[in-house]
Amino acid sequence: MSLGDFLLFIIGAILVNNILLHRFLGNCPFLGVSQRMDTATGMSMAVIFVMTMAGTITWIVQYYLLVPLRIEYLQTIAFILVIAALVQLVEIVMQKTLPALYKALGIFLPLITTNCAVLGVAIINISEEYDFVNTVVFSFASAVGYSLALVLFAGIRERFALARIPKVLEGTAIGLVTAGFMALAFSGFAGLASH
Amino acid sequence: MAVKKEFTKGFWEVLPPFRLVLGLCPTLAVTTSAENGIGMGLATTFVLVFSNLLVSMLRRFIPKKVRIAAYIVIIASFVVIVELLMQAYFFPLYKVLGLFIPLIVVNCIILGRAEAFASKHGIIDSIADGLGIGLGFTISLFALGSVREILGNGTWMGLHVMWAGYEPFTFMLKPPGAFVCLGTMLGLINFISLRMEARKGSK
Repeated sequence: MSLGDFLLFIIGAILVNNILLHRFLGNCPFLGVSQRMDTATGMSMAVIFVMTMAGTITWIVQYYLLVPLRIEYLQTIAFILVIAALVQLVEIVMQKTLPALYKALGIFLPLITTNCAVLGVAIINISEEYDFVNTVVFSFASAVGYSLALVLFAGIRERFALARIPKVLEGTAIGLVTAGFMALAFSGFAGLASH
Repeated sequence: MAVKKEFTKGFWEVLPPFRLVLGLCPTLAVTTSAENGIGMGLATTFVLVFSNLLVSMLRRFIPKKVRIAAYIVIIASFVVIVELLMQAYFFPLYKVLGLFIPLIVVNCIILGRAEAFASKHGIIDSIADGLGIGLGFTISLFALGSVREILGNGTWMGLHVMWAGYEPFTFMLKPPGAFVCLGTMLGLINFISLRMEARKGSK
């Protein structure tokens, strides 16, 4: 892969095939934590951290454990256990070594286990047959794309406090419609990289 | 009577994904046609019923501290069963739903019901709850899939239903259309329940 291809690969993962708005992964926390900017940024950081690690470790588990033992059909169970254990481990290690960061991200970490974007990226890495470097880069870039969409969306949603929204559309309904228009804006990037 | 109530509440009172705003990813991603909606809904129902059954049976044996991990293992096992069954008997559907079959594991509806209902109730009630919520979810996906398929493709369950010369509204099949369509339907359901409450109040 040349450098140009590599850059396009990264841009494709962040903007064009945005994991949230294009692939529909991780929508529950997207709508859940985007009411306020500070929770959205906290969640974004936690996702970037966990998704990159989870993508890398599940790749290793797949090719050095499941494939040699010929138990690839246990992929789903193995991956979700790896992710759950990883999240727990990150939580404990962070609490002991980086208390300041733990205070900021603490409450978001348990939520990430059920964030389908993390498991989704792990499975995409395998199904697209990425090599190790591509896996690490794709996991990180997807997480950055997720964070970008989440933080932008939280910024828009904070303004809703000042807007007059029809009663029937309050809360999640208007959130979904807004997300739709954001997805429309993101689909404008489609010409950047044809992937 | 209680069993019937646990069963029917999934169709309106806590109808997912409208009342319980959970499980949005499969809702948005697979509802490009009515048929896919049903397939996804039934696969989820299967996992939901059996995980509710098992969680309810084991609720006295699972220690509180590791319960979430235990639930995830139970759910993941049933998801693998569904995955293998679909590969064997419904291969075209399996191809279309693709990534979202393994992702049933992290569908928060299932974990949510295990935690909020099955871990506190008996076996019969838990099955009724799983079946009700699962079928409610299937109906929601079917409705959303129907709207998107009819507007976006001019067909319903693969049959042409719109008049000749109908210009398909392809926006509906694209990701933005999914969000807007689900948001609008949620607004509609809010509208209906507000009217129902108002009518109850005026009587």
